[in-house]
Amino acid sequence: MAESTTTLRRIPHRTARWLPVWRRNLRVWSKLALPSLIGNFGEPLLYLLALGYGLGALVGRIGDMPYMFFLASGIFCSSAMMTASFEATYSAYSRMAVQKTWEAIVTTPLDVFDVVVGEVMWAATKSLFSASAILIVAWALGAVSGGYAVLAVPVALLSGFCFASMAMVVTALARSYDFFLYYTTLGVTPMLLICGVFFPIGQMPAGVQTLAWALPLTHSVALARPLITGAAPENALLHLAVLALFGLVALSVAATLLKRRLDA
Amino acid sequence: MSAPVVVSRALTKVYAGAPVVDRVDVNIDRGECWGLLGPNGAGKTTFLRMLVGRTPPTSGEIRVLGYPVPQQASAMRARIGVVPQLDNLDPDFTVNENLRTYAGYFGIHHSRLRARIRELLEFAALSHKADAYLSTLSGGMLRRLSLIRALVNAPELLVLDEPTTGLDPQARQLIWQRLRSLRSEGITQILTTHYMEEAERLCDRVTIMDHGRLLESGHPRALVSEHIEPHVIEVHGEGLQRWHKETAARLAPRHETAGDGFLYYLNDERPLLEALSGQERLSFLHRPANLEDVFLKLTGRELRDG
Repeated sequence: MAESTTTLRRIPHRTARWLPVWRRNLRVWSKLALPSLIGNFGEPLLYLLALGYGLGALVGRIGDMPYMFFLASGIFCSSAMMTASFEATYSAYSRMAVQKTWEAIVTTPLDVFDVVVGEVMWAATKSLFSASAILIVAWALGAVSGGYAVLAVPVALLSGFCFASMAMVVTALARSYDFFLYYTTLGVTPMLLICGVFFPIGQMPAGVQTLAWALPLTHSVALARPLITGAAPENALLHLAVLALFGLVALSVAATLLKRRLDA
Repeated sequence: MSAPVVVSRALTKVYAGAPVVDRVDVNIDRGECWGLLGPNGAGKTTFLRMLVGRTPPTSGEIRVLGYPVPQQASAMRARIGVVPQLDNLDPDFTVNENLRTYAGYFGIHHSRLRARIRELLEFAALSHKADAYLSTLSGGMLRRLSLIRALVNAPELLVLDEPTTGLDPQARQLIWQRLRSLRSEGITQILTTHYMEEAERLCDRVTIMDHGRLLESGHPRALVSEHIEPHVIEVHGEGLQRWHKETAARLAPRHETAGDGFLYYLNDERPLLEALSGQERLSFLHRPANLEDVFLKLTGRELRDG
């Protein structure tokens, strides 16, 4: 089994070492793409159709925007959040603690940091898939206008990165699957409800509005909604910066915690 | 003479104030099979974790293939293979996909991979299982897959943490045979095991570790002849205590209790065998001294649960 090894090995550059981890997850996903798509995309689609038609008939318009437009652009963001959060908690935790996939990876030239980045990038990619699927449905329903909508796709990727990094912090602290219920109940669900996905933030008390602006989903919606419905977002750089900052800070916290947990 | 593959100096790891690995010095030469033996909690796993760069030493230093670890662990790990104690193969993948994916972590070029994988599957007698999912593989097959996965990057050093634990005798024989053939190709091996006969068969040198310290090191047979008389007689049966007190203790001054029996260590076995021949109610086994005797002598007989 000895082999002239120089031809065999070509260690990836430091900055690209997360890629094989990402590729591993893509390879698994591509085997199970159908059930996975139904899971990530089916539920937001049902919300979109049920609330869009049911509630939309009562609400009519929000401002000068048909409710279906408002809702579709909101669910575009929330589906990115839900997908990334699930992938970086339950699925990543399975690979870390149950299957010991990470344990196998870190005996190669890759280390814990590469694994964490690869997992976050992968969860962000899945967000991209599910948000794009929502965008296509929204387009088919006539709820997309203007060419800016294409720019919403990178927003979904950035949002996915942000929410995946935040979820990875939770995974770093988790001792069992039950732990994720705290994050779902205290983090993900409140964001889903108060960050302007289903109704405008302005409907809520001032304190809740302030809280909403401190949460990343609000900024994701503030970018994607105008892009999807045919307008240029205001303060785009600010919103982008908030998402990027949340993501980068959470990523470094998660990486530090996981390094400590796995390489003690 | 080439430089040693692994050198550690005063390597120490302290957890919660207690040293788990305590000032360990080793030199592992290129091409040797080096066995690390010790009871549970002796510090073997922590030593291996430091060796592969998974945990930083509290003090002291270690170099593997010339790389200081953990500072250059990544470059070092590109040139070694690790077979973990518990299989952590990818259950979502077939045999072939497991190897391809793992090769991806080493950045191995696609063009070289197909031939390499075919070769490895043949080596592990797994060619017929290339496209099988892991759930259809036996324990021995999974172990062999773990072994060739660790060979995918053509490593110069192979680290094997209890490679045959839980396998049936046939499966173990096959793994042993493969490890010997890798050894003859010049791949350095580091092996931990609880099976003394495994260490005796495979290792050029064994090191016995306990309480974080290295106690003894040497060729298995040299250790046996240094520490234990050549003959061992194990005796069991009714009336043993009395026979022991009246006869055996005098004929074999070095002895030990082992469960409900006695072990007698002898340079000349004949007097004790003669004395036993009249004892119908006692059963006995006369065997050559082995590494397990050395191990138990050095680390004691009390149970380690930890």
